[in-house]
Amino acid sequence: MLDIENLNVWFGDGRDRVDAVKAATFSVKQGESFGLVGESGSGKSTILRAITGLAPHWSGRITVDGTDLGKRRDRAFYKKVQMVFQDPYASLHPRHSVDQVLSETLYLHGVGDIDKRVSTLLEDVGLGARFRFRYPHQLSGGQRQRVAIARALAGEPKLLLLDEPTSALDVSVQAEILNLLTDLREDRGLTYLMVSHDLPVVSHMCERLAVMKSGEIVEMMGVETLRKMTPSHPYSQSLLGASVSHKITA
Amino acid sequence: MSDVQTMRAWLLTDTPSSRRHAKLASLYKGWLTLRSNTMAMFGLAILVFLGLVALFAPLLAPYDWMAQDLGNRLQPLGAEGHLLGTDSLGRDILSRLIYGSRITLYIVALVALIAPIAGLLVGTVSGYAGGWVDVVLMRITDIFLAFPRLVLALAFVAALGAGIENAVLAISLTAWPPYARIARAETLTIRSSDYISAIRLQGAGPLRIIMKHIWPLCISSLIVRVTLDMAGIILAAAGLGFLGLGAQPPSPEWGAMIAEGRRFILDHWWVATMPGLAIFTVSLAFNLLGDGLRDVLDPKDGNQ
Amino acid sequence: MTLLEVEDLWVKFPTRQGIFEAVRGVSFSLGKERLGIVGESGSGKSMTGRAILRLIRKPGIVEAGHITLEGTDLMQLSEKEMRKVRGQRISMVMQDPKFSLNPVMTIGAQMMEAYLLHKNTSKTQARAKSLEMLKAVSISDPERVMRAYPHEMSGGMGQRIMIAMMLIPDPQILIADEPTSALDVSVQRQVLDIMDRLVTERGMGLIFISHDLNLVAEFCDRVLIMYAGRVVEVCDADRLHEAKHPYTQGLLNSLPRIEDPRKHLVALKRDDAWAEAPSVSGVKADA
Repeated sequence: MLDIENLNVWFGDGRDRVDAVKAATFSVKQGESFGLVGESGSGKSTILRAITGLAPHWSGRITVDGTDLGKRRDRAFYKKVQMVFQDPYASLHPRHSVDQVLSETLYLHGVGDIDKRVSTLLEDVGLGARFRFRYPHQLSGGQRQRVAIARALAGEPKLLLLDEPTSALDVSVQAEILNLLTDLREDRGLTYLMVSHDLPVVSHMCERLAVMKSGEIVEMMGVETLRKMTPSHPYSQSLLGASVSHKITA
Repeated sequence: MSDVQTMRAWLLTDTPSSRRHAKLASLYKGWLTLRSNTMAMFGLAILVFLGLVALFAPLLAPYDWMAQDLGNRLQPLGAEGHLLGTDSLGRDILSRLIYGSRITLYIVALVALIAPIAGLLVGTVSGYAGGWVDVVLMRITDIFLAFPRLVLALAFVAALGAGIENAVLAISLTAWPPYARIARAETLTIRSSDYISAIRLQGAGPLRIIMKHIWPLCISSLIVRVTLDMAGIILAAAGLGFLGLGAQPPSPEWGAMIAEGRRFILDHWWVATMPGLAIFTVSLAFNLLGDGLRDVLDPKDGNQ
Repeated sequence: MTLLEVEDLWVKFPTRQGIFEAVRGVSFSLGKERLGIVGESGSGKSMTGRAILRLIRKPGIVEAGHITLEGTDLMQLSEKEMRKVRGQRISMVMQDPKFSLNPVMTIGAQMMEAYLLHKNTSKTQARAKSLEMLKAVSISDPERVMRAYPHEMSGGMGQRIMIAMMLIPDPQILIADEPTSALDVSVQRQVLDIMDRLVTERGMGLIFISHDLNLVAEFCDRVLIMYAGRVVEVCDADRLHEAKHPYTQGLLNSLPRIEDPRKHLVALKRDDAWAEAPSVSGVKADA
C-alpha cells in the first residue's frame, strides 16, 4: 500500500538546513496498521507531512498503491490518502459548522447527493444528526476529533494517516476514539499509518512499528516484541522502560 | 410573553436543527454580546439616527437646503425659525446639516466598500501565495503607505478633478494599504493552521481556499478596523471639502460648510461649529461601535 | 500536621445560560505530603488549584467556608496581602514553561528579580542563591543557563527552571498544574524525580494536578479524584488500582495496556448520579 524508500526531509537551505528525517525506509501492507514511535522532534510527524505533500523539501521514493509520488499531489492521491491531525481544536475551521466542513469536503471529492452523505458520515463516526449544524466551539474535543475523522473518510480513502489522533484527549475519550478507529478499519479495510509518542496506544492499534530517534528509524519490530518487552535497540528499551515504569502493576 | 421566551431559547440553543437556525443563533449571540456593551450601543444608536435622518431628510428639514434669504443672513442659534441659525447666504444650517448627512453616508458607504475589499484581495493573495507575488504586492503597498494620506489624496483629486466622487476615490486609494497589511498578517497565521492543511488535503485549489476559508476569518478584523477608521475617513472627506477639493459649493457637505463658515469664525462662531459638532458626533459613534464590534467579531476569543 | 485546609470550595462563572459551577463544594486538607488531584478536562481540577491562590479571573467567583493556611484564612485577606502569599508561601508551576517565563530577559535576571522581590538582600547574594537553586534542580552548568534566554532552553530544562524559580522564596506549598504533560516521557521522569526530592527534603506540601492516573498513582501519597466539579473518591495513591468508584475504575480500564492486548478498549459509561452525589471530603482524619 505504502512504500517509503530512503526518504530524507529537510527544512531551510544552506547553513540553516535542518534534516528532520534521514534515510527512512519502511513499507506498510494493504490493510495493515503501522506505527511510528518517537519523542518530540524525532521526525515522525514530518514523514506524514512529506507523504501528504505538506513538507516542502524531500528526496527519496514514496510509493502509494503502486504509484510513485512526484512533487505535486493530484486529486487521485487525495482520494486515496487522508490524514487526521493531532489537535482537534486546531484542525477544524472556527467559523464553519460541521455541516459546512463535511459538505465542502464531499463537494471537493465530487460526490453527489451531499445532503444524504453528510448524515451517513456523521452516523459512521458515532455523531447523530443533532451535531450537524453545530460550530466547533459547541463541540467537545472528542466530538471534534470524530468530525475530523468523518472529514478524512469523506472521500473514501484507502490509507489513513493518523498524527497522534488522541494525544490531546482525555483517556476515556481516547478509548472511544481508538475503538472507533478499530471498527472503521475493520469495516472499510483501511490501512493505517499512525504516529504517536504513546507506546501503549501504538501497541493497541498497530501490528508493526518503527522507533524513531532524531530523524532516523532505529528499530522496526512487530508488536509481539513490544509485548514481550524484548526490543533490541537500547533507545527502544529505554522508551519502553519509561512508559512501563509509569504503570504500576497493581 | 411565552412566545418571546421560546424564541429566545430557540435562538440560544447549542443544538441548532438547520443551517438557517445555526446562522441565526450565532448572529443572535453576537448581538447579545454587542448589546451588553453600553458604549457600542450608544454609537450604534447615533448611527441609526443618522441613517434615519438621511432617509427622511425632506420630511425633517424645515427649509430647502439651497433656499437663500440674504435679509436673514448669519442669524444666531435659536433665532426665530432657525434653530441652529443661518449661514452667510441666509440658508438654514439645520436643514443643510440634515441634507449633509446623506453626503456623509454616501462617502462612508463607498469608501467602506472599496478600500477594505481592495485591501482584502491584495493582502490575502499576497499572504497565501508568498514568494515574488508577495514581494511585488507588498512593495506596492509600501509605496502607498510612504505618502502622508491627505497629501496623496490631494494629489489624486488634483489629477482627477475636484468633486465628491473623485474625493471618495482618492480617499479609497489612500485607505486600502493598511487593510492589505492586516489581511496579509492574518493570512500568514491562518495559512499554516491545521484546518487549511486539512482542506488542502481534500484537493482544494488556492482560489477556493482563499475565498471560502481565509476570507471569512479576515473579514471580521477588517470590519472592526473599517469602523475604527471611519472617523478618519469622514475627517479626510471633510478635510478635502474644507480645502475646496471635495464637495463643491453649494453642496451641504459638512467639511465644505466649515470651510464656508471659516470666514466668520470670530464673530459668528456657530456657522463653522455646528457642522464641526456633527462630524465629531458621527466620528465618535463609529469609534464606539468599532470597539464593541471588536469584542464580538474577534475570531481569537469571540467564540467563547 | 496540616498546612492547608480547604472547606467547601466553590468556583462559579456567570454565563448567559445561568451560573456555571466549575468547582462544587470541594473540601480537603494538605499536610507535608504529595496530594494528587486527578480528573478529566472540565472536572475542575485546575480551577481548584487556582482558587486556592485566588487566581480566578473575573467574572469568576470563588466561595469557600475557609481556606486556611497555617491559621490564616486566605479568603479574608486583601488582594495586597494575597500577593505576598502567592510565591512566598504558596508557589505554582504551570503546564508550559514557555508561557511562564519572560522571553526578553535572561533566566538569571528573572531568577534574581524573583529573589530580590521576596527577600531584601544584595544582588550578589541573589545570584548565589539562584545558582544554588539551579543546581538543586539538577542543572549541570548553572552559569551558562543564567546567561541564556528562555527560547534557548528545551521543554524539560524550561520546566526545571520554573521549578527552581518557584522554590527560591522557600514556599511551604507547591501547586503543580500538569507540570510534565508538555514533556517527553523520559524527561518527565527526571522532572518528577527532582520535584519529589525537593518536596521531601524541604518538608513541603505538594498539590499535583494531573489527568494522568498512572503518573499520580506512582508519584503521590494521596489522590483526590474529581468529576464534574466534585471529589468523587479519595484514596491512597498506592491503592488507586483498588479504587471503588465506578468512575475511577472506568478511567483505569479505558487505558490501553502493552501487556494486556484486547480488540476494543472499555469505554467509560457515565452515570448522571456521579455528578449529583455530594462531594467526598478529602480532609485527612488524623490531621
